[in-house]
Amino acid sequence: MSNTVIKVENLSKQYRLGEVGTGTLSHDLKRWWHKVQGKEDPFLKIGEANDRTAKGDSDYVWALKDINFEVKQGEVLGIIGRNGAGKSTLLKILSKTTLPTTGSIKVKGRIASLLEVGTGFHPEMTGRENIFLNGSILGMTKREIKKKFDEIVDFAGVERYIDTPVKRYSSGMYVRLAFAVAAHLEPEILIVDEVLAVGDAEFQKKCLGKMKDVSVNDGRTVLFVSHNMAAVKSLCNKGLLLSNGEMNSYGEILDVLQDYSKINMSETSLLKSNFVKKNQEDGLFDIYEAKILNNKLQNQCIFNTKENINIYVKYKVQKDLVGSVINFSIENIANESIIFLSFDTDLEDNRLNIRNKGEYEAFIKIPSLILKPGFYFITFNTGIANFQTFNRVEKCLAFEVTLSDENETFISYAEKRIGIIAMPLLWNTNKLS
Amino acid sequence: MEKWTEEISPQHSLLDLKLKEVWRYKDLLLMFVKRDFVTFYKQTILGPLWFFVQPLLTSLMFLIIFGRIANISTGGVPQIVFYLSGVTLWNYFAECLNKTATVFKDNASIFGKVYFPRLVMPLSIVVSNLIRFGIQFFLFLLIWAWYYWQGSNLQPNTTLLLIPYLLLLMAVLALGLGMIISSLTTKYKDLIFLLTFGVQLLMYATPIIYPLSEIQNSSPTIAMAIKINPLSAIVETFRYAFTGSGSFSWVLLGYSSAVAFFVLAIGAIIFNKVEKSFMDTV
Repeated sequence: MSNTVIKVENLSKQYRLGEVGTGTLSHDLKRWWHKVQGKEDPFLKIGEANDRTAKGDSDYVWALKDINFEVKQGEVLGIIGRNGAGKSTLLKILSKTTLPTTGSIKVKGRIASLLEVGTGFHPEMTGRENIFLNGSILGMTKREIKKKFDEIVDFAGVERYIDTPVKRYSSGMYVRLAFAVAAHLEPEILIVDEVLAVGDAEFQKKCLGKMKDVSVNDGRTVLFVSHNMAAVKSLCNKGLLLSNGEMNSYGEILDVLQDYSKINMSETSLLKSNFVKKNQEDGLFDIYEAKILNNKLQNQCIFNTKENINIYVKYKVQKDLVGSVINFSIENIANESIIFLSFDTDLEDNRLNIRNKGEYEAFIKIPSLILKPGFYFITFNTGIANFQTFNRVEKCLAFEVTLSDENETFISYAEKRIGIIAMPLLWNTNKLS
Repeated sequence: MEKWTEEISPQHSLLDLKLKEVWRYKDLLLMFVKRDFVTFYKQTILGPLWFFVQPLLTSLMFLIIFGRIANISTGGVPQIVFYLSGVTLWNYFAECLNKTATVFKDNASIFGKVYFPRLVMPLSIVVSNLIRFGIQFFLFLLIWAWYYWQGSNLQPNTTLLLIPYLLLLMAVLALGLGMIISSLTTKYKDLIFLLTFGVQLLMYATPIIYPLSEIQNSSPTIAMAIKINPLSAIVETFRYAFTGSGSFSWVLLGYSSAVAFFVLAIGAIIFNKVEKSFMDTV
């Protein structure tokens, strides 16, 4: 006996772009006419791969195309991919909120989905009432909910508020309660989408633990979608990578994660040469703007090894500060290692004594011929050294270093050479004999 | 051969209404009813008493405008009893219709995230309005009893036994029409504009503010048109049961029943077809 619980065969989903309006009716009539004549739907033949950045010729796109995979009982399948890769569409079809265009999914057992926790929560109703409402929406009977009621309240840790309308809850409490209800469902297959993005670290840990528990101890199957690669790695044993609606790879989670980082890096849209502060509040020592510039002071994201990379940063200091620093780090995206950290007090340590209130800008030149070809993030930090952080803008800039077009004499810059940086050093050599 | 419990695929039978599944979700239906009822009067002082206000004020207004100013006869029935009977029944129909007609739009956020038989939602609307109707009906009974005790010209009769059936017919009609409209409006929203004033117009085409007998005397052609409206026989029978005035005809009631169940069947089929794909078009 095979223990496959989900079998997805040739699954595709087509969407129509643009506005649904007057043009739709004519397409609908055409479709209907073909159907009456017993022909195939004419719009199924067209449609393009779902690359949202490129301009397409057709109004129809395939959000999913020819997806095939199987999930066995007790497996935890991580579904990963960039935004718009089709993950949510796949989950929507699995949880029956929308139908596939072609293909089929065969399932053994009950599926429950947590596409978004707290669905159907009514703000005016109390926690108690909402547990019953939400539980029944998710498919539990009243008896089942009653049986688990205490456990749910306990897991959420909101006992004191249980008879208060949920609109008075803090957002954390709200989510905890919502997740607690969902976590106590007992379906054979559980679909989880990004619920871990909310809640504090302790609660996230609790949730991950609960999901692990569900699959390992109860032998239930979990499909898990997340952008949190650490969570995926620790929780899943199988992975499915989608890109532009197509299956990119499927298999052991570690292999799939590797493939994912490859796509991520080759993705030029990831590069960012400009950062502007978004929120309006003024911190004590905030970074307002940051740029990566070439020698002509134009924004640029891709540099060859022979070009200088210039970093520009603008910041404001709200009052005179003692011992303050601003720094940035350069991180290699592929192996997530910090290449170096640079402080503005490195060469001018008088800035440590006093930094006067005001607006500043700074240019930093990273000399050419240091960074190896690859992808890099820049993270800025302000604060009092070893004591306090005022403002941190994580990975606000990203750039790529490539080999220069010229006949590359510096083979040392080839990616495969070991070492974190590559610096051509002059070997002052004398022939002795 | 492997045993699959479920298959998700693009094709579905039109007639497969999954009523068994709806039954399995009966607790959910009751929870929705409870939600509608409880949230209606949360943070109010008068609470469920608010259910009384709307029919009373509407009847009072009808009494002044149609009874006193326009002087439309009520066929010998005390005016407030006459209007309140019509308004109470009409409210049930109108509320059910308005709510079911927008069921996809109102619940898109829930429907988009969790699967449950969609039919549960319109059914819960009909049931929760039944509670509302019950409360308003109680008010009507009180006033009716007061006039009866005062010796007004009211002759309740055995037709009273039909009241539950009349309610069922109202529910069936509202549900059927509502499901048709809600299904048609997921993709093309044009019908929504028709709905609000359509319901209002329909009220004037139903003997709510006038007795059918009055029209019969003055213009038989218009009376004929009003009889075609399947709601007319229901309202007339309802009023006849409590007051003995007006008309009651098995033929007309039979006609109303036939229309109602036909509309329900059509509604259920269209709804069933649309619920599967509406998330992509709504």
